[in-house]
Amino acid sequence: MSVINPVAKIMKTPYRQPLTDRLPNLKGFSPAIKNIVLTLLIPVVLVIMWEVLSRKGIIRPSILPAPSTIGLTLLDMLKSGELFRHLGVSILRVFQGYILGASLGIIIGFLMGLFKPVEKAFSLITGLLRPIPIVAWVPVLILWMGIDESSKITVIAIGSFWPTLLNVIHGIKNTDKKYLEVAEILGKNKFTVLTKVVLPSALPSIFTGLRLAIGIAWMSVIAAELIAAASGIGYLIMYAREISQPDVMLVGVLSIGITGLLIDVLIRKIEARLLGWNINILGD
Amino acid sequence: MNPELKPRYSLQIDNLSKSFQLDNGTIDALDNVNLTVQPGEFLSIVGSSGCGKSTLLRLIVGLEKENQGRILLGDKPVNGPSVNRGMVFQEHRLLPWLTVKENITFGLTVYTQESERLVQEHIDLVGLSGFEQAYPYQLSGGMAQRVSIARALVNRPQVLLLDEPFGALDALTRIQMQQEILRIWEAEHTTMILVTHDIDEAIFLGDRVVVMSNRPGTIKKIVRVDLPRPRDRSSYDFVYVRKSVYSEFFAEAERPFVFSI
Repeated sequence: MSVINPVAKIMKTPYRQPLTDRLPNLKGFSPAIKNIVLTLLIPVVLVIMWEVLSRKGIIRPSILPAPSTIGLTLLDMLKSGELFRHLGVSILRVFQGYILGASLGIIIGFLMGLFKPVEKAFSLITGLLRPIPIVAWVPVLILWMGIDESSKITVIAIGSFWPTLLNVIHGIKNTDKKYLEVAEILGKNKFTVLTKVVLPSALPSIFTGLRLAIGIAWMSVIAAELIAAASGIGYLIMYAREISQPDVMLVGVLSIGITGLLIDVLIRKIEARLLGWNINILGD
Repeated sequence: MNPELKPRYSLQIDNLSKSFQLDNGTIDALDNVNLTVQPGEFLSIVGSSGCGKSTLLRLIVGLEKENQGRILLGDKPVNGPSVNRGMVFQEHRLLPWLTVKENITFGLTVYTQESERLVQEHIDLVGLSGFEQAYPYQLSGGMAQRVSIARALVNRPQVLLLDEPFGALDALTRIQMQQEILRIWEAEHTTMILVTHDIDEAIFLGDRVVVMSNRPGTIKKIVRVDLPRPRDRSSYDFVYVRKSVYSEFFAEAERPFVFSI
């Protein structure tokens, strides 16, 4: 009977939620919990597949150990303090190099962004040096400074200098002319224009530079440690490879990712606090 | 702070000419403009886009330098921006990183003990009490433009220049803001010069309407609007004035549609 009447058939079809709502069935949970589940869903599935494939012997443990093995190694290394020792060394290097490179980037960026002659005077040097990959500096700096801390810190400083510099210049030069006209009409002096107009308007761009810079600083330290070091995460990975400990290698690699993520979250928090007026970052 | 006590200056423009150098030659923006604006007068300037009316305002405020002629405020020639001339643009141009209150405070040149009260007075004047701590992105277009007007007025300028200030607002908000600016004008006794391409707006607000011709911008006609305020846009006299302004822009045959409003 219902087959004859198409309307009745449609009415009897149960309502189906859109796919995006259906995927995890989370009715009744708060949006916060939903978000956490959505964030973790794919990583957890991947790890379970990885574990299963490892146990069945499809993935060779000498190439890629099972997540459980890596987890146990991680626990061991946490307990013995070995991981934190290496991580601490790397973070300290990143911190020193980043502070140096980023502050130089901000200072020179401001000078180049604000004063045309300074920009012209530096333009050839920056144009020539900027395209050089950071790794290419490592052997040169080892030759100049030896294999101790200073060469590594310098590599990190160079790495964090460029993105900071470029974004500071970009931010300053992109100050909206309309705001500058308003300041001019209101008879503001140069200092007020700088602190009340140019600086705030350049801040989002400066933060972008600082965030890119910390990422590159983190990459630079690993590159430097892989080439020549007696401690640090890069050294840990390299040493583990030499003595065939893939689980230790992977603990090292993962800890780089986790630390990088934490640093990025931290910078975003600072940015959101400082730039509450910027509607573009409110959604993050 | 009684506005009546302020010395009041007239604005005088003599033989003003301005041209811009472009790659492919010179563009004459203004040619031999002569105009005197009485203290406390509301003057409207209408013209089609590109006729140099905005350039005229930018010259008066001091953002541009004239090629010929001069602008006098009282007996002093205009030479660069100064606090006795305020300006409101089509876009509100509020600094996005400052709150409403901070933006208006930014309008002040000197910060004294009086400043706090002065800023609050102007927030009240434009009807934004309660929004002191709001950021520009939280305001509607009309509200943002009110803040912009308050910022321009907080220094108590002699002349307020309005460069199509309501052009970006919707029709209803625009009419509301026109009434609002009249109220402010009557309260503050500031000389106001409004540039617009809205003929209705020019007649509704102005004591006189200056009609400008195109490229180079010259004054084609000045129409006196001797109508009592508040003005009724559909009254016979208003329509009569509008007709005479329209006739400066459009040929006879094109005009009838005007009366369909």
